[in-house]
Amino acid sequence: MSASIIVLVEHLKGNIPEISYEMLGVARKIADASGGKVYALIAGKGSSALATGLGAADVALVLEDSSADVMNDDVLIEALKQAINEKQATLVLVGCTNISFGIGTRLALRSGMPFINWVKDIKTTEGEMVVTSALFGGKVLSDIVLKDKKGILGILSGVFPPDAGKIAKQPSIEHIAKPEIKSKITFRSLMEPKAGDIDISRMDVLVSVGRGIQSPDNIPLAEELANALGGAVSSSRPVVDQGWLPLTRQVGKSGMNVSPELYLALGISGAPEHYEGMKGAKLVVAINTDPKAPIFDFAHYGAVVDCLEIIELLKEEIQKRKGTQ
Amino acid sequence: MNAYVLIKMAPDPVEELDIANDGKSLNAEFIRFKSGDPDEHSIEQALLLKEKNGGKVTVVALDAPEVDDVLYTALAKGVDRAVKISLDQTQLGSVATAQAFASFFQKEGISSDTLIMPGTQAIDDIEGETGALLAEMLALPYIGVVSGITLTNGGAKAVVVKEFSSGLRGEYEVELPAVLGIQSAEKPPRYVPVAKIRAVMKTAKIETVDLSEPDKAKILEIERMYKPEVAGRAQILEGDVKEIAAKLAEIFAERGII
Repeated sequence: MSASIIVLVEHLKGNIPEISYEMLGVARKIADASGGKVYALIAGKGSSALATGLGAADVALVLEDSSADVMNDDVLIEALKQAINEKQATLVLVGCTNISFGIGTRLALRSGMPFINWVKDIKTTEGEMVVTSALFGGKVLSDIVLKDKKGILGILSGVFPPDAGKIAKQPSIEHIAKPEIKSKITFRSLMEPKAGDIDISRMDVLVSVGRGIQSPDNIPLAEELANALGGAVSSSRPVVDQGWLPLTRQVGKSGMNVSPELYLALGISGAPEHYEGMKGAKLVVAINTDPKAPIFDFAHYGAVVDCLEIIELLKEEIQKRKGTQ
Repeated sequence: MNAYVLIKMAPDPVEELDIANDGKSLNAEFIRFKSGDPDEHSIEQALLLKEKNGGKVTVVALDAPEVDDVLYTALAKGVDRAVKISLDQTQLGSVATAQAFASFFQKEGISSDTLIMPGTQAIDDIEGETGALLAEMLALPYIGVVSGITLTNGGAKAVVVKEFSSGLRGEYEVELPAVLGIQSAEKPPRYVPVAKIRAVMKTAKIETVDLSEPDKAKILEIERMYKPEVAGRAQILEGDVKEIAAKLAEIFAERGII
């Protein structure tokens, strides 16, 4: 059976994020192996122009709509459902992202296809498809067999190569009509991050703190270390949720994408949501008491110690080398 | 406002997650169940809304280990009512869990001021997004990854902030009744002293609701569960803390960072 795959392409402020290319790349691979087709569904203001760059797809299904920068999920789900029916889709790929959150599950109920979240691998054989889902922030993996190779998959960011989805040709464009539905949700505006704080995405050195920092009283210690290194303090989600640092310092899925020369992670476990925001870092050093913390899988150097025990000593060593002490 | 916070208990990933002998599930012996962080934020957000707008907050959970503690803690924080559905959540996938909550709401009734607030997502299930599934089953509007709610139009509508990426957020308006998946509350979850929880345990009551088993416990079966192979990319620095600090400073110097 040849695959017919629909990829939901995201875009925000005129940019298509890497996850969309990552999905197009893996879709292309699966389709080519079975002589199938890839459809890229893109909706909202500016879709027509963006669709021309989706060369990894055979066909771009374009729902141009000047009324909103961000499409209503209710409209997207219905458009996807219609596309599934028309294209006899066997697979639908949506990003495991905030912007596409909740689309896969609801589409699953409406289309009768199963939904698998947190997908980090897809293996196809003649007879079946094995999908690997990463649970507990990647600490446990689960294989699920799709016997008829049909399903809706929520794809994790950063697990498939984006370059495979960037093919320099134009897909054929097929315009689709906006489904007529009555939604009780209205998109009002896009809110930019609050200005005023430092911009962590521009820093060369980040000392990033996670749960392991334990208390807001310890944040100044991290700040002193960051100063010694000529950088700034950033953090993982729980620290911001606790109100210990402002949202502008959060690295990850909802927060900022950073790519410093040095990312020093103190007491951060390294869940996929966090990895997504700091995968561009050139040098990653992780300090964590848990030797099995996922962060050690993508750090260059690591130490299994309590970050609170090393902060002060590290600051002293750095100052010694810089001759400031 | 008639707010319902939905709790889903999940194994605490801080504990050792051991695979059971069947190779398809976690070894129950070592699991410690806790409510997810988003669920805790959902309780806080509901209480903040109540403080501002009045109304009532009910917390609802399926039966699971440690769930009574979570429900009593919510009562101690100021939730008006705690309900436990007598179905074993640990045996149910997300679709069946959502079905159980949907049956609860069919029994309970949904009014024009009902706001259903699950935590946006749990990390223990291959399907996830229980809140989105519930919204679909109840034919209610749904927004997930919510980090702010303001009730407007006398409580008939809500203005909701949803997180996107890179610090960008979207503002939406939604008509009630609705399901909003909470990522984080506008303030950190409040602390409640253990003595207060103990006092509540003596005076308050958790209501129990009996529901029939969902049709199908799980939509998809896990074929194999396993620990990821540690890629071990990190070069682990050995020695005492002082030696490690010196080695790190040396690495930073070699790379021209300091």
